[in-house]
Amino acid sequence: MNTLQKTGLGLFIIALLLFTATLGLDNYRLSEESLSAAVGNEYHLEAVTEAARESGMLGKEYGSSFAFVPAFKEVLKAAQQSLNEKAKEGEAPDDVSEWEYKMGSWLFKDYSFIATKKSSVGPVAENPLLFFFLTIGLGIVGGLLYILPKFRAIPGIKHNHIFHRPMTRGLSLGWRGFFLGATVTGLLLYGVFYMNEHYFWPALTAVIALIIIVLVFFFQKQAKRSPTRSASPQVTGWLGILAGVYLIGFYILLYWAPQHITSWILMADPLSQALNGGEASQWFLYGLLYTLVILVMGVRMFAKYMHNRYQQVRTYSVMFFQLAFAFLIPEILVRLNLPSMDLKNIWPLNYTFFFDWNINNLISSGAIGIFMLVWGIILVIVAVPVITYFFGKRWYCSWVCGCGGLAETMGDPYRQLSDKSLRAWQFERWIIHGVLVFAVVMTAMTLYTYFSGERTVLGFSSNNVRTWYGFIIGSAFAGVVGTGFYPLMGNRVWCRFGCPLAAYLGLVQRFRSRFRITTNGGQCISCGNCSAYCEMGIDVRWYAQRGQDVVRASCVGCGVCAAVCPRGVLRLENSSMDVKERAQALRVLQVSKEGVELMN
Amino acid sequence: MHVVILGNGIAGITAARFIRKLSDHDVTVISAETDHFFSRTALMYVYMGHMRYEDIKPYEDWFWKKNRISLVRAYIEHIDFDKKMLYGNKGEKVAYDKLLLATGSAPNKFGWPGQGLEGVSGLYSYQNLQNMERFSDGLQRAVIVGGGLIGIEMAEMFHSRHIPVTFLVREESYWDMVLPPEESEMVNRHIRENGIDLRLSTELKEIIDDGQGRACAVITNTGERIDCGYVGLTAGVHPNISFLKNSGLEMEKGILANEYLETNIPDVYAAGDCMQQSNPRPGRRAIEAVWYTGRMAGETAAYNICLSSGISTGNIPQDGQKVAYDPGIWFNSAKFMDIEYQVYGDVKARPEENEAAVYWEHPGGRKSIRLVYDRTKGHILGFNLMGVRYRHEVCEKWIREKTHIETVLQNLGAANFDPEFYEEYEEEVIRLYNRQSGKQLHLKKRRGLAEALRFLRASGST
Repeated sequence: MNTLQKTGLGLFIIALLLFTATLGLDNYRLSEESLSAAVGNEYHLEAVTEAARESGMLGKEYGSSFAFVPAFKEVLKAAQQSLNEKAKEGEAPDDVSEWEYKMGSWLFKDYSFIATKKSSVGPVAENPLLFFFLTIGLGIVGGLLYILPKFRAIPGIKHNHIFHRPMTRGLSLGWRGFFLGATVTGLLLYGVFYMNEHYFWPALTAVIALIIIVLVFFFQKQAKRSPTRSASPQVTGWLGILAGVYLIGFYILLYWAPQHITSWILMADPLSQALNGGEASQWFLYGLLYTLVILVMGVRMFAKYMHNRYQQVRTYSVMFFQLAFAFLIPEILVRLNLPSMDLKNIWPLNYTFFFDWNINNLISSGAIGIFMLVWGIILVIVAVPVITYFFGKRWYCSWVCGCGGLAETMGDPYRQLSDKSLRAWQFERWIIHGVLVFAVVMTAMTLYTYFSGERTVLGFSSNNVRTWYGFIIGSAFAGVVGTGFYPLMGNRVWCRFGCPLAAYLGLVQRFRSRFRITTNGGQCISCGNCSAYCEMGIDVRWYAQRGQDVVRASCVGCGVCAAVCPRGVLRLENSSMDVKERAQALRVLQVSKEGVELMN
Repeated sequence: MHVVILGNGIAGITAARFIRKLSDHDVTVISAETDHFFSRTALMYVYMGHMRYEDIKPYEDWFWKKNRISLVRAYIEHIDFDKKMLYGNKGEKVAYDKLLLATGSAPNKFGWPGQGLEGVSGLYSYQNLQNMERFSDGLQRAVIVGGGLIGIEMAEMFHSRHIPVTFLVREESYWDMVLPPEESEMVNRHIRENGIDLRLSTELKEIIDDGQGRACAVITNTGERIDCGYVGLTAGVHPNISFLKNSGLEMEKGILANEYLETNIPDVYAAGDCMQQSNPRPGRRAIEAVWYTGRMAGETAAYNICLSSGISTGNIPQDGQKVAYDPGIWFNSAKFMDIEYQVYGDVKARPEENEAAVYWEHPGGRKSIRLVYDRTKGHILGFNLMGVRYRHEVCEKWIREKTHIETVLQNLGAANFDPEFYEEYEEEVIRLYNRQSGKQLHLKKRRGLAEALRFLRASGST
């Protein structure tokens, strides 16, 4: 590491610390203006203002969001009660329906989020742009200073000391089990609360998880086999744990407690104003950070793969799709008062696509809305099977997809942490196809209720199913585990174990595609670089050393196995000539009268 | 039927796997080195932190039990071929019905003064690697002696830890008894651009003791003293067979075996680095200590062990007939730091009278393509590739069918195995040939699996 890089790393750490510290810099003072910004409903506003005044909260300054938010919740509860009582006593105006007059508990989250944001007073609230540059801006500068000197190195594979570093070494099996168990248990318990204490869905999920564990451990006989290559070192990387915990914490706050990260969102306000004319939500902040991370870490990929055009082109592609399709175009659509849509986000990854509010929104938005609806459906039923037939699922997973884009850039330093054991593969197949079934059933119920006008299917509330899917798959799995576990279990935990679209693409790739990874005759030396750096946990070497083409549902075609191979054995290829036999075992025999011979 | 395999390297393990595929014999693999099979060629990656030791094991640990292959960790000191019994240094006794000797190699030491000191070691075994690791902490300089494949690997290993390396190469240029001059020079340049102190035409004279039995410096044949804390001896390897001396087994440099890999003693076979072919095929060396030949010999040994014990069906190439060891057309590969190397067929360091070559080198100086062909008859003899990947099957088919160099050139794209979007250099190779020969050839095929498959499936040549 040279001086420039050390400076860059130092700046990045300062930026990260300051970014974290901004959450505690501001104070919170509830005012009538902040209340009127947060509470749109006039009856609610009146009741909340009244309750805030009575409790003495109005104008009082709180030192942290953790003091402010509970106090405000009490105010909301008092307002809710007073509205309920008034409604009972018939004091509600006649021209207003009861549900509009009363304040449902489900509104608390939004009200307290905006109220907290609007009540911020202090350095960040007063100088959002300054803090934006001191944290996010400085982070980018630091990151680039760290990355740019790498372009001066001799081109080649840059994996020295990956397994020596506390950031990238991974966790021992015990630690990994602890984090996985604690996170899953915590999420299921929180899920009970999230579902308003309906135990059914969290309990059902827990039962399914147990069934999968029993299936893999006892019916597929994995209990007795200790996995050898589970990417679990003896000595756990403490920096990796820190990074993982930070990311997990970030996602928990982002999804379920945005009222505690209002300082960050305030910093994004100026940019949001400039782009879409409105204030930033937590989703704008998230999209912004996501895009910046992909861009900066994309530059790192260029430095790492100076010699590899495939990696460069692929990285340009994910950077472009993230910046244009996922970030800029949706913001511009908002500015134009059109329905906002990430035009490359495909159902079932985009699980809200067939939700009633989305369909209604699109249908009511004129020609462009109809176009988006048709576009979304064409992507699912035409683009996915056809393009995957020609190029494999890589066209999406490692070239276009946002989750893939993050995994291939920010996640690249952690790709070696995916579990290569057979046991992990067995878990993978049950879980990812389970999620696909869940997504299909959930969407079918949604569409049934949409067209039939009923609220339940076979006694199950369609709304509850959607809420649970959004919580456990959309947020918990894809975000908290999917990205939070990068430094703990590799960069494709979501894509490998959870993404229903990856499952769908994978089925096409496995059974109807020209794509495969070919092996070069008898040149494999079983070194294991390909398997070690496969982010999807495919034991590539298993195929390579027997001269068999790799045809696997999970392969996202990132091409890193071919890049790290020291003997030029692997190549990503498409051909229709041998589609039917491309998965056959042992296509090459090493000893025969004619030497190396292709058997088919 | 109990088949015992001595050595758990690629030859022994390939044999064990094929015996299991073909038969129900009891199979025992004995090793003194490690509990499980690992990829020897990947040891360097463990040191450099690209992988952990677990990652270089090609099979998970439960694989062996599931496939009923018993693994025994023992150091065999003596074999009694009459009693068909192996004796370990801790009193272990293992009886066999069929025995495969696959004991591998040991690093060469040429009687240098001080070669037995601490901090002096080759790089072959897992223990060698541990030794390197033990000495690496705080190491100020390492000296590597011997300019072959393991020498440059070792240089890269120390280099990855920012330990200064002096690389003594006896020859005038790196590995110049194998690589043609241009390729050899390319590697010289690459070694030096990595900041490694490459000393050509320099030999080791002696290793100096620091007074406590540890190496502290070397003296070269020019009389120069180079202070160092570690001396890597990488001047080749020899068969690891010293424990078999005077056992009745016929040996020269290696264990002598016929084309069926049978030794002079009934039911005893040899394969891999330790095996010396009593009648090597034309153009081939009697001992070839290469991963690929080890794997092919292991498979061949498995066929013949099974055939001689009554198994004649299954996947054995020709029912009931012994299978001759046929390593096919020579191929090999390596990686010189960041430059990949592949060779197919016969590429000599110095061309023979009847040989001509097209040699193209990339202006960047880290890629090249060499096609060697017969000057009079015009057929292709071999391919030497630096930083460019070619398809094994395609090159081999051209060589086997003695395809004319001009046919090869016009179809050269079918051999290209570089990743998508990589620049293709076949046109430039043809232009170069046209300039040399005054011909007007054009490239007909470009890179792609479909082209390669079409060619491979067609009977006869292109």
